[in-house]
Amino acid sequence: MAIPKICGIETEYAIIQPKLSEQNPIHASSVLVNAYAKQAESSTNGGVAYTVEWDFNDETPGNDARGLAPIGSLPPLVETHLVNAVLENGARFYVDHAHPEISTPECIDALQVVKYDRSGERILELAMSVANETLSPEEEIVVYKDNSDGKGNSYGCHENYLVDRLTPFGEIITHATTHFITRQIFTGSGKIGVEATGVDSNSIKYQITQRADFFEEEVGLETTLKRPIINTRDEPHADATKYRRLHVICGDANMSETATFLKVGSTSILLAMIEDNFLTRRIVFDNPVRCIKEVSHDPSLKQQLSLNDGSTITALEVQWEILKSASSYVSKGGGEFAGGVVADEIINTWEHVLTGLENNPESLRSEIDWIAKRLLIESFADRHNLSIFDPKVRLLALQYHDVRQEKRISEIIGLKKLITNSEVNYGIDNPPQETRAYFRGVCLQKWPELIVSANWDSLVFRLEGDYLKRIPILDPSEGSLAKVQSLLERATSPNELIAEIELSNK
Amino acid sequence: MADQEYSKEQAPNEDSDTSIDEEAISTNQANSELASELDGLLDEIDSVLETNAEEFVKSYVQKGGQ
Repeated sequence: MAIPKICGIETEYAIIQPKLSEQNPIHASSVLVNAYAKQAESSTNGGVAYTVEWDFNDETPGNDARGLAPIGSLPPLVETHLVNAVLENGARFYVDHAHPEISTPECIDALQVVKYDRSGERILELAMSVANETLSPEEEIVVYKDNSDGKGNSYGCHENYLVDRLTPFGEIITHATTHFITRQIFTGSGKIGVEATGVDSNSIKYQITQRADFFEEEVGLETTLKRPIINTRDEPHADATKYRRLHVICGDANMSETATFLKVGSTSILLAMIEDNFLTRRIVFDNPVRCIKEVSHDPSLKQQLSLNDGSTITALEVQWEILKSASSYVSKGGGEFAGGVVADEIINTWEHVLTGLENNPESLRSEIDWIAKRLLIESFADRHNLSIFDPKVRLLALQYHDVRQEKRISEIIGLKKLITNSEVNYGIDNPPQETRAYFRGVCLQKWPELIVSANWDSLVFRLEGDYLKRIPILDPSEGSLAKVQSLLERATSPNELIAEIELSNK
Repeated sequence: MADQEYSKEQAPNEDSDTSIDEEAISTNQANSELASELDGLLDEIDSVLETNAEEFVKSYVQKGGQ
């Protein structure tokens, strides 16, 4: 049975101090996160939980959705010593590996994810601004929202979707693999050259995605080495008897709001269809790892992909077929699991984008990143009579991913907006109202100094008498405004809050 | 919505020759409009580009992440 697709995005930003000859990205990331947290804490309403520890009790990134992890696979390390900030919009802003990373709060649908992803960009922009005020001009920090440095190093933009635990994982692998390979035609952010191992880097001028080159396995636990198309990390941050969290690592970070909307929206509907056993045809690629690159390496969208029954199909044809099922599913009521009216908008956008890709891809120049970026850099190269591999063109391609208002190329070229600036700004300080992010965010606003640690599924309060109390929120749909607003308004202290929660649990 | 047919066979680019010609003309017009539109934007973009592209791009090296 399908369940509402509570979802979110975690983005690792690239970080650089362009004027320094020696780079220390871990230190720079810490400076960035600390600077943001400190200024938010000292602002008038300041609820950011700078002093809040991340509670690692429930972090189990080594658990594998298939059961035991195969020998030799490497679960990611949890780095507890690095900086963490839990924000009053329910998000987490922290240092992961050598990158600043921001996770949106749990969102109710794809449109809300777009909003909090944009609020996240603003938070990074504000963080740069306050951090750079404390640094010398030579130490200036800049971040970019991309996924590759063009030299073989990649960092991710991961999506997360709440999935019914009862759905067989094999069904998710089958259908999601097909979607992830073919959705690239609208999720890609575009890249000059190739970074796949064993391929001449200049053998392709321009490809659709940033990430495809880095995928070497069909299914697996790793996220940094031998990356798999389907990641099996089984760490639901919720009641594991009821839920999975599908951790999707193969997407690109998008500047285009339409692309983020369609990436998350189409995947949400697909997963609900899998849960409801709605998909009749199984489209299975003969070699998924080869296919993910074949799709990305062919901006003409003509590449025939081999299926395991010996026939061939294009990515666009597969997407038309998934859309046809999705449209039928939504018209029969399935849209309730992907945001209701938002699901109707996902279907409309999906149809519009596939039609554009089929008839005239350039018509999508304000909606799809790889098309917008390609037109931009090709026009620039033509104007200055440069090869696409010229550093000036590469620089423009990099700066396409700039989130700073004054240098935001995606804004200058007029990418379509789905979210107003005031909504983006509101999302910096205010959580979604429909998920447990509401409870987390409002508690942080009210009692930042009395929350000792936090995690997606719990808050630890310091109560009178200096003893600690952990409040679990194991269901992501709990703790919403509808369920806890009056409780949070009545309680004048964590002691009162917890007394009332304990009373209602009896 | 359920009655809409998304099959490739009915996509507009497989219509009669006449409509393909019309489409080609309108696409060409759109492309030249696009070119002049981008030309104006490129002036603005030139002004936000970092200086010393070669050095900037060369030093843009990231540690691999997830």
